[in-house]
Amino acid sequence: MTMSRPTMALLLAVLAGLFTFPFYGGEFYVEMMAEMMILGIFAMSLDLLIGFTGLISFGHAAFFGFAGYMLAIVTPESEPIAIWWALPVCLAAVAVAALVIGWFSVRTSGIYFIMITLAFAQMMYYYFNENQDLGGSDGKFISWDPMVAIGDWQLLDLSDLTTLYYVCFGSLIFVYLLLTVMLNAPFGQVIRGIRANENRTRALGFATFRYKLVSFVIAGTLAGFAGFLEAVRTDFANPAYLGWHESGLVMMFVILGGMGTLYGPALGALILGLLKSEMQDYIERVNLVMGFFVIAVVLFLPHGVAGLVERLGRPKATDDGEAAP
Amino acid sequence: MTDPIPQTPILQTQALTKAFGALVAVSNVSLDFAEGRVHAIIGPNGAGKTTLINLLSGDLLPTQGTIAYRGEDITHLPSNAVSQMGIGRSYQKTNIFPDFTCLQNCWLGAQSRLNTSMKFLRPARTYRRVMERAERAIEQCGLTHRRDTRAAAMSYGEQRQLEIGMMLATEPGLLLLDEPLAGMGPDESGQVIDLIKRLSQHHTVILIEHDMDAVFAVADLLTVMVNGEVLETGTPDQIRASQAVQDAYLGTEDGGHHG
Ligand SMILES: Nc1ncnc2c1ncn2[C@@H]1O[C@H](COP(=O)(O)OP(=O)(O)O)[C@@H](O)[C@H]1O
Ligand SMILES: [Mg+2]
Repeated sequence: MTMSRPTMALLLAVLAGLFTFPFYGGEFYVEMMAEMMILGIFAMSLDLLIGFTGLISFGHAAFFGFAGYMLAIVTPESEPIAIWWALPVCLAAVAVAALVIGWFSVRTSGIYFIMITLAFAQMMYYYFNENQDLGGSDGKFISWDPMVAIGDWQLLDLSDLTTLYYVCFGSLIFVYLLLTVMLNAPFGQVIRGIRANENRTRALGFATFRYKLVSFVIAGTLAGFAGFLEAVRTDFANPAYLGWHESGLVMMFVILGGMGTLYGPALGALILGLLKSEMQDYIERVNLVMGFFVIAVVLFLPHGVAGLVERLGRPKATDDGEAAP
Repeated sequence: MTDPIPQTPILQTQALTKAFGALVAVSNVSLDFAEGRVHAIIGPNGAGKTTLINLLSGDLLPTQGTIAYRGEDITHLPSNAVSQMGIGRSYQKTNIFPDFTCLQNCWLGAQSRLNTSMKFLRPARTYRRVMERAERAIEQCGLTHRRDTRAAAMSYGEQRQLEIGMMLATEPGLLLLDEPLAGMGPDESGQVIDLIKRLSQHHTVILIEHDMDAVFAVADLLTVMVNGEVLETGTPDQIRASQAVQDAYLGTEDGGHHG
C-alpha cells in the first residue's frame, strides 16, 4: 500500500479533527461521530474481504449484529460484566460463527459467494428477529455497560460519552494499524495474490482455501468488534443490525470509499454516514438520494473517495505500481 | 542426444486420460520422464499438450489413469500440493499478476517455500531468504532491469519471461514449460533457450514447444502427440527420421512450418 504525502496529510488532518472534536462538538454530534467511527471499523473489516481477498460478502452485518446479541446475552441483569470477559467471549463467538459460515461459503465464488453469505446472514437475522427470549423484533436492552476495571480500580467508564468516543477513536486507529501490519506480512501477500488470480496463487503452492477462510474469520471478528462497540454505545442488541440493509450499507461504504485502501472505506463510512443522518432530518426519501449519490460516485469516481483524494494529491501520477512487498 | 534408456523415471504417467465431455483431449498416455533430462512434447495445435501439463501440475484432475512423482502417487493432488513437491510450471497463456511489480510476482512464488505464510506480523520484505530467492528468480529470467515495474506495463516478451521467473522462484526440481517461447521475438527467444539449457543442467525439464529448431537444440528426448495420443517417443534423430511422425505431424500443415 502506497499512500501519497497529501493523502497522508489529509488523513492526519481528519484524525486531528476527530481527536479534538469532543472539545467543541455538541453531545449529539459527539455521539454521532462515535457511531461513524464504529462504522469505519466495520467498513475496514469488510474491505479486508472485498478489497484485499476478492471475496464479496453480502452478509457481513451478521457478525456486526451477532456481537451485540452476544454482549446482551453475557451481561447479567443485576450487575455489569468485566470487559476482560465480555469482549473475548463475544469475539470468540463471532469468530466461531465466521468459521462455520466461511467454511461453507469460501469454497464458492462470484455470485454464489454473494448469495450464500446473504443467505447465512438472513438466517441469523430471522433467528434473532423471531427469538422472543431475546426481545424478538424489538431487540434486547443491555442493562449495563461492560466494566473496564482492574480490581476495584475503574480504568474507564464506558457510559461516559466522551470516554466512549475516545475508545472508538482509539479502536479505529488500532484496527487500521492491525490490518495494515497484517496486509504487509506474508499473509497479506497471499490474499492479494488470491484476489488478483486465485488459480495462479494456488499453482504457486498456496492452499488458497485456508487463506480465504482465515481472512473471512478475521474480517468477521473485526466486524464483531465494531458491533460490540455499537452495542456498548446504544445499550441495545438490534436484529436490524444483522439484516441485508446493514450489509448493503457497509458494502456501499467500501465501494464508495475506495476498496483496497482501508482508509477509503473508513472515510466512506464517516462521510456517507454523516450525510445520511444529516439528510434524514430533511429528506424523507433518503435512500433514493443515497442511490443517486452511489450512481454518481460509481460513474465519476471509479476508485471512490480514496481515488479522488489520491488524484488530487498527485495530479501527474505516473503510477508504476506499488513498491516492494 | 545421449542414451535414450531412462533410469528410474522421476515422473511417470500410466494410461492418463482426460475427457471434456465427448472430447478426449488426452487419451491413454503412458510416459516415463527421466531425471535430469529435457523431454520435449511436440504435436499440432489441439493435440492435448497443454491439457497433459495441466494434469501433471494438478490444475486439472484426470478422468482416468495415474501420475507418480518419484514413485509417489500424485494423481489427485491439487496444484498447490504438486507445487510443494517440487514441480513447477509455466503457462502457455501468460498467467501473471498484472498489477504486481515484477518483484512482487516472483516474491509470491518465493514466499510459497516458507513453512507457512500464515504469518501476520513481520513485514514480508524483511524475510531475507524469500527476498534472495525472488531476486535470483528475476535475475535468472533476465528481468533485473524490470524489478520494480508493474507487470502489466512490461512488453509481451518480458511477461513471458516473468512467467518463467515466477515458476523458478518456487525453486522446483522438475519444470513443466508450456510453450515458453510463444510470442517472443528472436532476441528474447535466444535468451530463454539459453536459460532452458542452463536450467537443464540441474533440473528435469518437460518442454512443450512449437519452435522445432529450439526443440531439437535442447531436447534429449521427444514425444510426439497427435489427437490426445502419444504417437512416438525417441531421440531427436529418431523422431526426425520417423516416417510416422513425418506423415502425421512434421509433414502436415499444422506443424509443417519446420518440417
Ligand atoms: N477446459 C477445456 N474444456 C473443453 N475443452 C478443452 C479444454 N481445454 C482444452 N480443450 C480441448 O482439448 C483439446 C486439446 O487442447 P490443448 O491441450 O490446449 O492442446 P495443445 O496444447 O496441444 O494445443 C482441444 O481440442 C481443446 O479445444
Ligand atoms: Mg497448448
